[in-house]
Amino acid sequence: MDHETKWLLGIVGGILVAASVAGFLLARRARSESARATVANLNARIRSWWVMAAIFSATILLGPVFTTVLFALLSFLAMREFITLTKTDRADHEVLFWAFFVILPLHYLLVGIGWYGMFTIFIPVYAFVFIPFRRVLTGETRNFLANTSRIQWALLICVYAVSHMPMILRLPLRGYEEENAKLLFFFVLTVQLSDVLQYVWGKTCGKHPVAPSVSPHKTWEGTVGGIASAVLVSALLWWATPFNPWQAAAMALLVCLAGFFGGLVLSAIKRDLGAKDWGGSIAGHGGFLDRIDSLCFAAPLFFHITGFCFGTGMDPSPPGWLLEWIGR
Amino acid sequence: MTRQLLAALIRIATGVRQLPAVPHRSGPAIYFANHASHMDVAVVWAALPREIRELTCPAAAEDYWGANLFRRRIACEFFRAILIPRHGVTRRNHPLARLGAVLESGRSVILFPEGGRGDGDGTGEFKSGLYHLARRHPEIPLVPVQLENLSRILPKGARLPVPLIAQARFLAPIHLLPGESKPAFLARARAALADEETD
Repeated sequence: MDHETKWLLGIVGGILVAASVAGFLLARRARSESARATVANLNARIRSWWVMAAIFSATILLGPVFTTVLFALLSFLAMREFITLTKTDRADHEVLFWAFFVILPLHYLLVGIGWYGMFTIFIPVYAFVFIPFRRVLTGETRNFLANTSRIQWALLICVYAVSHMPMILRLPLRGYEEENAKLLFFFVLTVQLSDVLQYVWGKTCGKHPVAPSVSPHKTWEGTVGGIASAVLVSALLWWATPFNPWQAAAMALLVCLAGFFGGLVLSAIKRDLGAKDWGGSIAGHGGFLDRIDSLCFAAPLFFHITGFCFGTGMDPSPPGWLLEWIGR
Repeated sequence: MTRQLLAALIRIATGVRQLPAVPHRSGPAIYFANHASHMDVAVVWAALPREIRELTCPAAAEDYWGANLFRRRIACEFFRAILIPRHGVTRRNHPLARLGAVLESGRSVILFPEGGRGDGDGTGEFKSGLYHLARRHPEIPLVPVQLENLSRILPKGARLPVPLIAQARFLAPIHLLPGESKPAFLARARAALADEETD
């Protein structure tokens, strides 16, 4: 473990200690019934954060194989929540079996062996084509388009998008060889910190809702304050990444905005399906998908833009003027 | 020990939680549930608190679960099921006598009053066995158990399961009212399962 990794882990540990102390003090001060409920939920969230941070840090330290397995499991649990709430019919049963037990493991096998070319097209091309082919064999035409699309979306969000996080470990970056675990850590920390700070800013000074019909608790004050402070913190962590401070701030802003919209999109889907939470597996947070909603849409963007601008040849290279403009 | 492990595995695979306590608090009961999957009985069984589960016998169709030694072992050794004939009922193998003996020994039973698996869309008509059992044992509470999503996990006719999250809701017990007719009671019991299915 290098010094930069130790610093990253120390910073996360420090944040969690501070949060636990704050939660303890707030619990002693809370008087009214509603304040007590809010603080109880806050403390449940903090306790869950300790567990999640410990599991994530430990797997990152154990290396790419463990990290890939962890994200494969996360994809499985997320897709389980997604399909449970989504309406599917008897005719979708066999397709769903393929999605859970064949497509998902094969896709993560591609991540594990680092076959980048097949990784990018396996779900958007092969799985996309296979799902309607298998469904049409059942002879059932009712809900055909709706249900095949639902299953394709489930795979795209829960498996394809999520798998870009462990794939960060395989991204060849100029002057940053063997250090990609820190970049994955930086990405997850930025997006999750942005979620937490949006919650903190929103609870303390949130007034004007951003999208009341989609997510009633998201406010302008929380969103702007949370994203701005998360970008600031992430920019200060530039030394752990292949970016300079300005590039780190720009990438952080990009993933925080993508995370914000990703959270809104998954909230909209949830409301469309008539649910408040995706599940109840993580105390204080809801389901697995409630915790990773912001990561889902940010991960592929972060992966490709980093590869595009700082990589050595996986993605098509950008034109010279663009490289000059971003300072490379 | 094996039974404990089996119950834990069933709960992990289906996402069903173990109950902290049964709705009727203690003593023998008749659990009855809607039926759409082979998993149904395992889920109700695994959701019960351990000490209650040890004293609960699911009712299983003899023509299916007794058909060969393998199935019979699963049903009788792991789940301690009571095999119930669906055809060729005589005095000696009568389902009511077999289930009544279980209840009289202080144990509970799990029943599927539809008599067979439906397609998962709504609850089918109840067979009269539940009524006759309730009339013979009026003091024993009948606990409705609403099962959800099992028909999507392992529907009738499918060989392979899909790992979705199921739910088993144990509702407030009902009793046969004095003088209640068979159709009225069966309709009420069925309504108890259909109740709040949308909450």
